[in-house]
Amino acid sequence: MQGDKQKLKNIIEALLFVSDKPLSLEHIREVVEVEKSEIKSLIEELRQEYLSNHCFRLREVAGGYQMVTDPEYAQWLRKLFRGGRKEKLSRPALETLAIIAYKQPVTKPEIEHIRGVDADGVVRTLLERGLIRIAGRKNVLGRPILYATTKKFLEYFGLNSLNDLPPLDELVKMEETDGNPQDTGEN
Amino acid sequence: MNDYQVKLRSFEGPLDLLLYLIKKNEIDIYDIPIAEIARQYLEYLELMRELNLDIAGEFLVMAATLLYIKSKMILPQEEINLEEEIPGEDPRGELVQRLLEYKKFKEVAQLLKEREEEGSVVFKRFIPEGERSLEFEEEIQGFEASIFDLISAFTKVMKSIPKEEFKVVLEEEYSVEEKIDFILSLLDRKGVIYFSSIWKRIKNRMEAVVFFLALLELIRLKKIIIRQIGLFGEIKIFRPLPVAVHAGR
Repeated sequence: MQGDKQKLKNIIEALLFVSDKPLSLEHIREVVEVEKSEIKSLIEELRQEYLSNHCFRLREVAGGYQMVTDPEYAQWLRKLFRGGRKEKLSRPALETLAIIAYKQPVTKPEIEHIRGVDADGVVRTLLERGLIRIAGRKNVLGRPILYATTKKFLEYFGLNSLNDLPPLDELVKMEETDGNPQDTGEN
Repeated sequence: MNDYQVKLRSFEGPLDLLLYLIKKNEIDIYDIPIAEIARQYLEYLELMRELNLDIAGEFLVMAATLLYIKSKMILPQEEINLEEEIPGEDPRGELVQRLLEYKKFKEVAQLLKEREEEGSVVFKRFIPEGERSLEFEEEIQGFEASIFDLISAFTKVMKSIPKEEFKVVLEEEYSVEEKIDFILSLLDRKGVIYFSSIWKRIKNRMEAVVFFLALLELIRLKKIIIRQIGLFGEIKIFRPLPVAVHAGR
């Protein structure tokens, strides 16, 4: 029935509308109690609808779906919030996150060995921002704490899963092919 | 000296500085002219010193490493072979590996930065702190507390219990067995005990010590598990789960 389907789509839209975190198919299924495949196709319809004449976009992130605004309207939204958004991450923070993302679960000494500098402050900041979490303790002398990335990390960087990050070996190849000396690499 | 402008850039660490020097000199990372790079590296440290900047210890360790490698390269090959080193091994090898690995993560960091930039133009629903928000399941889990976490928590408790003023010959009012039974029955009723809450019903230091011994005994017998929420966070006591699953990632 067409009406039922429209209603179900509206319900899913309502769930996505009020959620402050990406909603997984599983989570939606628990609420609406219909097959995942049906939910998926309705979400796809919503995505298409938004593309024409809407201010929303539906993105797949951190293993779920999330309603976000079209980047086109960023300048007005910034004005609305008067730049009250969280500070961007520093370079050390990004490097540390990169290491944790690939090496997790990983200890602080391991991070420090790769970066060649102390990681105390950075790790604390990342924990406070919820981008990493304590994942246990390593079974070696001193039982150091292990760190791993969180779902919030995926959400923050618009990644659906850790597999969206390029394999480290590929990065080496990339570097070999585009290693032109004119590249000043200012950052 | 017109290369002073580049030197004002701040470097994150010795590896960062080395990568910069390698790039600036258009050097092949697999064949680093150590003498020249070491010279430029030390020049940079000297400048930092002149500017009264704090030079982190890591920079000095790397300076020593560079000079060590340089000295090894200067020595004739035969003499190196006399040492316990594997003949023909490049003294720069280990450093090169570290630089390459660090470089990869710098590239990932750059990629994350671009994604962060892209993310900053989309806005999502924002729920102010304190209001009902969906939680990601994973963040709630604690991790297994070590015996030292437990002891440090216990020390705190002991400090809060006043020392007895008078010397009294105490009868053995408390027994470990009794406390064990008490803890287990409490766990069966409540499912979880907060470490900080058990001490409220304790009358004196002797009872606290017996209680703590009971806890240690139960841990040894694997009858209970101790989990801690966050570093230095609240310690909780549970019955062990049928299967102990520990999510790696």
